[in-house]
Amino acid sequence: MADIRLDHVGKTYAGGFEAVRDLSLAVPDGCFCVLVGPSGCGKSTLLRMVAGLETITTGTVSLNAQVVNHLEPAQRDIAMVFQNYALYPHMRVYDNMAYGLRNRGVPEAEIASRVAHAAQILDLEDLLTRKPRALSGGQRQRVAMGRAIVRNPQVFLFDEPLSNLDAKLRVHMRVEIRKLQKALGVTSLYVTHDQTEAMTMADLLVVMNKGVIEQIGAPMEIYRTPMSVFVATFIGSPPMNIFDATSLGDGVVNIEGHRLLVDKGLGLQAGHMVKIGIRPEHLSTTPDGFTIHVDLVESLGAQQIIHATWGQQKLAMQVETDRVPAQFGQALVVGCAPQHLHVFDAQTGQRISRKDQQ
Amino acid sequence: MVEHRHWSMHVLPHLILGLGVLLVVFPVYLAFVGATLDPATIANGQMGVVPGNRFIENMSRVLLAGAGGSTREPVLHMLWNSFVMAMVIATGKIVISILSAYAVVYFRFPLRKTAFWVIFMTLMLPIEVRIYPTYKIVADLGMLDTVAGLCIPLIASATGTLLFRQFFMTIPDELIEASQMDGAGPVRFFIDTVLPLSLTSIAALFVIQFIYGWNQYLWPLLITSKDSMQTIVIGIKKMIVTQDALTEWQLAMATALLAMLPPVLVVVVMQKLFVRGLVETEK
Repeated sequence: MADIRLDHVGKTYAGGFEAVRDLSLAVPDGCFCVLVGPSGCGKSTLLRMVAGLETITTGTVSLNAQVVNHLEPAQRDIAMVFQNYALYPHMRVYDNMAYGLRNRGVPEAEIASRVAHAAQILDLEDLLTRKPRALSGGQRQRVAMGRAIVRNPQVFLFDEPLSNLDAKLRVHMRVEIRKLQKALGVTSLYVTHDQTEAMTMADLLVVMNKGVIEQIGAPMEIYRTPMSVFVATFIGSPPMNIFDATSLGDGVVNIEGHRLLVDKGLGLQAGHMVKIGIRPEHLSTTPDGFTIHVDLVESLGAQQIIHATWGQQKLAMQVETDRVPAQFGQALVVGCAPQHLHVFDAQTGQRISRKDQQ
Repeated sequence: MVEHRHWSMHVLPHLILGLGVLLVVFPVYLAFVGATLDPATIANGQMGVVPGNRFIENMSRVLLAGAGGSTREPVLHMLWNSFVMAMVIATGKIVISILSAYAVVYFRFPLRKTAFWVIFMTLMLPIEVRIYPTYKIVADLGMLDTVAGLCIPLIASATGTLLFRQFFMTIPDELIEASQMDGAGPVRFFIDTVLPLSLTSIAALFVIQFIYGWNQYLWPLLITSKDSMQTIVIGIKKMIVTQDALTEWQLAMATALLAMLPPVLVVVVMQKLFVRGLVETEK
């Protein structure tokens, strides 16, 4: 059981590329922390620095209040689940799980009981004598997790473990991993580029972009109050609609000729260029809204996504199926409740909030 | 695609295959026929394609008593010498090249790339090119007429290093990282993971290098002068070039057949592993 602390951690590669910049993060004991971000944002690099597979250029990584910068991966008491499982192809499932323990001199009897326990949790009991090439993707994934569990480490590290699984299996394994982590109570650091996994699995969500943290918080907190256009459009699917707008002062903005009322308390000056964000599910048909023209309707079963055009700008709207009759070319009048409007500065992309909320 | 072909379209490929087989097998068959006849029939040019009845007699004479004349060594002993040489060379090459490939692929040290290219360039230096300096060194070290002198100069293998290097580069990085997390250092990783995965490559290399060692002619000829150190290849050659006596062709043929046997056995036994080693990319 341990907490993870990263203090001003940075990583620069020989060549000058700065993968991670002055990053600080504290993950409490037992927390499931998800690092999410687009490709190249530095999340995997950060995970590997915690694991000890990458050297740390600046800053310190501490596990359970002990600085581990100079410790080998095997000495840090952590276990990692890799994206491609990294199972030893020539060893049986049992030996794959036992390998790390044998290297540490754990007696065979103890190894047998730990492997049996992990196999039972992960439903691997019938597969212990098979080799990895005789297993399906999901089974290999479970063996990789079993290998991590038998170590009883302080910290679990997951490097995009579900990326190689098919969609249905991904949904199932997502739930399994979360339940497992809750049952074992081990602090976990989980890297993914999939915002659905991030939203559903995290206790603490860390959104990263270009080597820095854009926002940290609980998933719903980030969903409801994204602090930048990047976070707003990254978290949430379909992504938040972002409209270019000009402030007319006094709590009114102009988008495509339509006057929209925003919070007066934001203190927007006339002429200030802003971006207005509205989530697709917050748009609904109202008589006093603005007119959009339907381009395409996607049906997901319970939900429908209506893709439409508003003047020069495009948007997407999410409604319950059959609530809003819509076809190609049709004009709809839609609007959004003022509390669901997000206002961002057009130049910096940062959220504009009331002075007392900052 | 094959099922839709008319049967007549199978005839041509089979003909070509048959021709190829004939071309390769026929001389060997003739050698077999020669080993079953008496010397007079062969010398008279009356050797046909029908085997005679002297097979056992020729074989036992060759194996146990030697051919007389220029080679006084029983072929069995020469076979043993060849075998020892081929085995030492093959295993030596494998050990050295797998270790050097491991070093070049998995460790970062200064001049690493240079080291690799130097090894690679030694492909241009087979034994025939460096014969003089190598002979001088072996002679000065007093290793003439020894197994060590026979084998050691032939043991470094750039082909082996290259083969293993290419193979090691197909091992995913994540496997190394998982090993690191499991507390395995470089030696453990080598023994527990790299070696078992390399078995098919080792088998492939073993077959190639065993045959290479078995077929060596120039180097053993230079290094060995004692009869007891002769290899079978030298033995066969000595049977043929005799100015003063008639070449006993039937014994030479019998010896040639015996000389072909071990490499063929090695290939047949290792065949499955051999093909897999050159072709597979199973992770």
